[in-house]
Amino acid sequence: MFIKHATIERNTILLAVLTLLTVAIGGLVEIVPLFTIQTTIERVEGMRPYSPLELTGRNIYIREGCYVCHSQQIRPLRDEVERYGHYSLAAESMYDHPFQWGSKRTGPDLARVGGKYSNEWHVAHMVDPRAVVPQSIMPSYAFLAQKPIDTKDIAEHLKALRVVGVPYSDEMVAQARADMKVQAEADGDTEGLLARYPKAAVGDLDGDPSKLTEMDAVVAYLQMLGRLVEFDRTQPGGLRQ
Amino acid sequence: MTAVAALPTYADRKLEPYIEDVVRAFMIATIFWGIAAFAAGVYIALQLAFPVLNLGLEWTTFGRLRPLHTSAAIFAFGGNALLGSSIYVVQRTCRARLFGGEATGWFLFFGYQLFIVLAALGYVFGVTQSKEYAEPEWYVDLWLTLVWVVYLIAFAGTLIKREEPHIYVANWFYLAFIITVAMLHIVNNLAIPVSFFGAKSYSVFSGVQDALTQWWYGHNAVGFFLTAGFLAMMYYFIPKQANRPVYSYRLSIVHFWSLIFLYIWAGPHHLHYTSLPDWAATLGMVFSIMLWMPSWGGMINGLMTLSGAWDKLRTDPGLRFSVTAVAFYGMATFEGPVMSIRQVNALSHYTDWTIGHVHSGALGWNAFITFGMLYYIVPVLWKRERLYSDKLATVHFWIATLGILLYITAMWVSGIMQGLMWRAYDHLGFLQYSFVETVEAMHPFYVIRALGGILFLTGALIMTYNLWRTARGDVRAESGADLKPAAAV
Repeated sequence: MFIKHATIERNTILLAVLTLLTVAIGGLVEIVPLFTIQTTIERVEGMRPYSPLELTGRNIYIREGCYVCHSQQIRPLRDEVERYGHYSLAAESMYDHPFQWGSKRTGPDLARVGGKYSNEWHVAHMVDPRAVVPQSIMPSYAFLAQKPIDTKDIAEHLKALRVVGVPYSDEMVAQARADMKVQAEADGDTEGLLARYPKAAVGDLDGDPSKLTEMDAVVAYLQMLGRLVEFDRTQPGGLRQ
Repeated sequence: MTAVAALPTYADRKLEPYIEDVVRAFMIATIFWGIAAFAAGVYIALQLAFPVLNLGLEWTTFGRLRPLHTSAAIFAFGGNALLGSSIYVVQRTCRARLFGGEATGWFLFFGYQLFIVLAALGYVFGVTQSKEYAEPEWYVDLWLTLVWVVYLIAFAGTLIKREEPHIYVANWFYLAFIITVAMLHIVNNLAIPVSFFGAKSYSVFSGVQDALTQWWYGHNAVGFFLTAGFLAMMYYFIPKQANRPVYSYRLSIVHFWSLIFLYIWAGPHHLHYTSLPDWAATLGMVFSIMLWMPSWGGMINGLMTLSGAWDKLRTDPGLRFSVTAVAFYGMATFEGPVMSIRQVNALSHYTDWTIGHVHSGALGWNAFITFGMLYYIVPVLWKRERLYSDKLATVHFWIATLGILLYITAMWVSGIMQGLMWRAYDHLGFLQYSFVETVEAMHPFYVIRALGGILFLTGALIMTYNLWRTARGDVRAESGADLKPAAAV
């Protein structure tokens, strides 16, 4: 073996090709089956793409690096399920490009934070975290309430996501801009929006009815997290991977 | 390997001039970005202890500065050290000028600095795709891909036109680093831009597939950027500093192939108990534990290279850094497999234990071997007899070591404590602590960690001063300087 190695270490191309083959194997064996084994994603009811406003909020969540301190992945351990709720399913992040599972909990997990706090609490907390949680070490995100949202190119975002496999319908794309505005209106006509995006949080989310702000979007996103899957409508075998 | 003794000397270089201006520039960039990375680390460590330091501005929150710190440490500090040292090593061990010449070298230098600046500006202004250690958006990724392809061509081209019969072991590791990082970078960053005039893109992968692709990338950024590349530095600079051949040629071969084969499987250990199917997590765990063997094989190969030259540890502060780095490498690569065991991971995951583990590798291994390399290479590149001051290098060594120890012990305590607090139940069967109580309990350890970081940064500043004086040609009058053997060239 060691005699033959002299051949490899005298030939750059051979060394490079063998190296590439050697490092390719592990990834191929581990990653490719995740696309081909159908049970990787659990069979559950209720998952849907993000509404335009939720998607915008999610993009702000990414922009601000929230994932650096907050996970969105509840492990099936007794204390976690008790603290945060049902363990996270692969199905729950199937439309997440990219995923936001996180790797560190400097703050608590947010996978099921939706509906646990009022909109007012979220706004107060993001404006001044220590006003509502004195021991918190979270930065202030007061600037979100000042920044208006540009709704112009939201349809382009939906189309880009459609390219990577998120099932946005033509209707969703056509209505994207209107849906975005109506979701954060105090008394908007949200019937169409809620038909397209059931369980979306609607209303004047940031407490400022005069304009559509990034705070509206982030609250819309946080308030739907972990609420989509209908666990009581899921077949017992549906959760098996 | 006997090839070490046959490496070119100054005299040889006059016959065939190696490209050294570029290497000098890379070394200056390494020091500059190192200071920037350590300073950013100290600042965000202080933010966790004292949140008022987030300043209430959108550009200075922990969320935006943390990627700035990690990228500065890995890609700016580590990357410049790797590119610069690889260009230095490949020319000398091949007795060949860099393929593509001076122009290619400068393109690599400025192209890589542009990548760093584009990435850093993105983080501060909130342009990120949120994949850890792969945060830059699509336009930066494309630019880096171009630079990297040129790097591969220049490096492999130099190997091809070498005048040595064999490719030296350090170059195997550099080559594996370049090839694998290219593969990881391209696959993990596959994304569809929303528009060609905007920064935003959406990853082609989603959810569980995206998670595994990301940690396949993330763990092997550790495995190939921070391990294989730096092992190449170990395989060249420790033999040079100790003036001894590599301990075992056979071990080098076994080390190389087993390390690169096994490392790539280890990614799923970042995803224990998540929505990733158990079979994949188990596979990742098993390979992570197997990885302990090649890691320690490499450590033994590096350390045993000193047999017969251990006394140099007393007199050569650069070698002291390099050898301590290999010891930290051994420690971190033992801790890693332990943490990859599912039951241990249940406690350690999501906590500061991971942060401590990463830093025993990043500070103890990557930074120390880089410091060792710098203390060796700066006198050589600037054609100086010796360092400005061995004493200052020794001060740097001890202050940095103390900083690392404070850092990792603080993170062990805070990580294990927080993990235990999260799962603690009281006698009535309720969860004993609210989440924020566990945050509050971290405060003293966050202060100690920041202190460790400040010490480490201080040491690096001392090194900068020492190397700057060295490059200028100054020599500090020091007793005991005569103990040092003539600088090996």
